[in-house]
Amino acid sequence: MAMLEVNNLKTHFKTQDGVVKSVDGVSFSLEAGETLGIVGESGSGKSVTALSIMQLNSKPPVEYPEGEILFEGQNLLETSEKRMQEIRGNDVAMIFQDPMTSLNPVFTVGNQISEAIRIHQKVSKHEAKEKTVQVLRDVGIANPEQRAREYPHQFSGGMRQRAMIAMGLSCNPKVLIADEPTTALDVTIQAQILELMIDLQEKYGTAIVMITHDLGVVAQLADKVMVMYAGRAVEQGPTDPVFYDPLMPYSWSLLRSLPRLDTAGEVRLLPIKGSPPSLIFLPDGCNFSPRCPFVKDECKNIDPSLEEKRPGHAAACILSADELEESKQRVDAELGVVEG
Amino acid sequence: MTEAGAATNGSPNGNLLEAKNLKMHFPIKAGILKRTVGHVKAVDGVDLSVRKGETLGLVGESGCGKSTLARMILRLLEPTDGEVNFEGRDVLKLDRKDMLKVRRDMQIVFQDPYASLNPRMTVGNIIAEPLKTHRIEGDKKKRVQELLEIVGLSPEHYNRYPHEFSGGQRQRIGVARAVALNPKLIICDEPVSALDVSIQAQVVNLLQDLQKEFDLTYVFIAHDLSVVKHISDRVAVMYLGKIVEVADRKTLYAEPRHPYTASLLSAIPIPDPEKERARQRVVLAGDVPSPSNPPSGCSFHTRCPRAREYCKENTPPLEKHEIKSGGPDTGEHRVSCFFPVMEGERIEKSASSSPYHAGG
Ligand SMILES: Nc1ncnc2c1ncn2[C@@H]1O[C@H](COP(=O)(O)OP(=O)(O)OP(=O)(O)O)[C@@H](O)[C@H]1O
Ligand SMILES: Nc1ncnc2c1ncn2[C@@H]1O[C@H](COP(=O)(O)OP(=O)(O)O)[C@@H](O)[C@H]1O
Ligand code: SF4
Ligand code: SF4
Ligand SMILES: [Mg+2]
Ligand SMILES: [Mg+2]
Repeated sequence: MAMLEVNNLKTHFKTQDGVVKSVDGVSFSLEAGETLGIVGESGSGKSVTALSIMQLNSKPPVEYPEGEILFEGQNLLETSEKRMQEIRGNDVAMIFQDPMTSLNPVFTVGNQISEAIRIHQKVSKHEAKEKTVQVLRDVGIANPEQRAREYPHQFSGGMRQRAMIAMGLSCNPKVLIADEPTTALDVTIQAQILELMIDLQEKYGTAIVMITHDLGVVAQLADKVMVMYAGRAVEQGPTDPVFYDPLMPYSWSLLRSLPRLDTAGEVRLLPIKGSPPSLIFLPDGCNFSPRCPFVKDECKNIDPSLEEKRPGHAAACILSADELEESKQRVDAELGVVEG
Repeated sequence: MTEAGAATNGSPNGNLLEAKNLKMHFPIKAGILKRTVGHVKAVDGVDLSVRKGETLGLVGESGCGKSTLARMILRLLEPTDGEVNFEGRDVLKLDRKDMLKVRRDMQIVFQDPYASLNPRMTVGNIIAEPLKTHRIEGDKKKRVQELLEIVGLSPEHYNRYPHEFSGGQRQRIGVARAVALNPKLIICDEPVSALDVSIQAQVVNLLQDLQKEFDLTYVFIAHDLSVVKHISDRVAVMYLGKIVEVADRKTLYAEPRHPYTASLLSAIPIPDPEKERARQRVVLAGDVPSPSNPPSGCSFHTRCPRAREYCKENTPPLEKHEIKSGGPDTGEHRVSCFFPVMEGERIEKSASSSPYHAGG
């Protein structure tokens, strides 16, 4: 049994303008010690997926018309809020995109971490305090005794993110969901945080869901990747094949649109034309068809589902392997791209 | 020193723009009497030159003074000290009338495509604004529609409002406004940082096309070293209000000499899993210190893996580093470090024990 298994998850929001299909049939599974990278553009449904697992989407508008989220076999979509509270923080923890939204400005950092520990573990106040200092030290905060007595605004962005991780990890969760944990940080601080997450995962065997728009971060950390577009998973597989042989034109285009540190820099970038679709009015046929460089006439009529094209490597696209290869080469030739 | 064929428009040695010892020390006020109790040394003695037609990349972590430097160059902010020469004239000494003329030649594109456009103005009026300010004669509507086409929008967008556009499209509007007066220099302050990667490429390509077409000179500010590598001819690296290294693009990325540049490059994840597995990162400890209380001596010494006692007491000047012979003359490589990283060396270790092997 997988640690975390998500099957055909649908997360929809009822709004005045219509139903927003933020997540529309997403599946993945994760074992202990494994890292899944979820990538995609802004609004593609990454955070909503994460919040669905935590059952933190605001309740009136949210609906889960289909699917299941199995944590150690238990379906979180059918779990009572009371049981969810035990699971949150204890078994499944989340680090948010913006640490300020999840740290309370009126309590000291130490106070908040101790509180989190005491909710989930039967320990005395004193023990919780000791544990707090220890986790702050674990995440590389100098002078943890003193820092524990400070308020969030006295911390730098990087330190707040560390404090969040400390709080998330204080109960040694089995699953850690990190939603763009480093996007707001400078690269040298990002490197510190990612190294910290890798170390902690090695130490505790935590399963990690790493949400990011940075393909470099995915290449660094993930064992497997899920590429999201307009609420769907459009490509899924082990990290290497997804990077070296992407089977979905969107993933291929994303990799082609990146300026890279490891190439000469003289190659012209290949932008993806247009912008992502509205999740209320999705295009006919393939969601990516208005922007796809390989689009064919049929793409406007067929809505391709995610299919396994190679062992363990799935993509949502109607092109055959040969057609895809041909298209990649054609577009590269038009651009005058040289490999390297 | 003069470079061949470079002395145009009265600017010496081919530099369109020169900043000399630029400083911006913001006062920190406290108490009821609002007494000055200290200073934020946002920019602390920057020398910089930008050659005509080039793109100079300016990189550094948040708060290191990039935007402040940009605003001083455009005189949107009066520097505490220093000089800004544009085409050989000291901009800071110009009166209002002359300043207005120079403003036509220097434009800026801002980071935030959402905040930088007035939500109550139509796109047409936003782009026409500089034409009005500078009393440009002629059919403004036609010119604006032309500009919309130049940046890849449609002339029909003239009467729409900013909120009707996506982030990438708004940034195109910002670019149209910047090129409206046919400027010579555009300072792009993190123009793609707020955009999704797929959209970033659209704006980067647009900027590159416009540069060719209109002979523009860019200062391209970003914290993303990959984008800067892609677009720049030369790159300057800032840390705590100072430039710590400047070189042509190839040299800076292939042979960074300043430990900070080397660590920055090492910190960036590369979208290639095999390369990532093979990498040995230098992870810098700690945070960037506050510019209101910068460290003594070399301001990088609190995080530098090569720092020694000497670095705490002495401030390294931004000095010329010897260029390898044989290569093209791509200009100077300047580094401010007593123990620069030498070829093939790991950042952590320094082979030399003498504080002055930087050459120069
Ligand atoms: N409570 C809600 N009500 C209505 N729509 C919502 C709600 N929460 C999210 N959405 C919509 O769901 C879609 C997916 O949002 P989500 O936050 O998951 O994007 P994301 O992939 O995390 O993007 P980013 O990279 O910007 O963080 C968006 O169109 C968003 O506007
Ligand atoms: N008007 C101001 N008053 C006081 N401090 C300022 C002001 N503007 C910027 N700063 C400070 O100056 C430093 C450099 O800021 P900035 O130039 O915006 O950095 P960057 O653009 O490199 O991120 C920061 O510490 C910032 O907080
Ligand atoms: S189905 Fe068609 S439009 Fe969709 S990704 Fe494949 S080729 Fe492109
Ligand atoms: S001068 Fe010293 S502290 Fe500064 S960068 Fe060089 S080695 Fe590091
Ligand atoms: Mg999000
Ligand atoms: Mg800035």
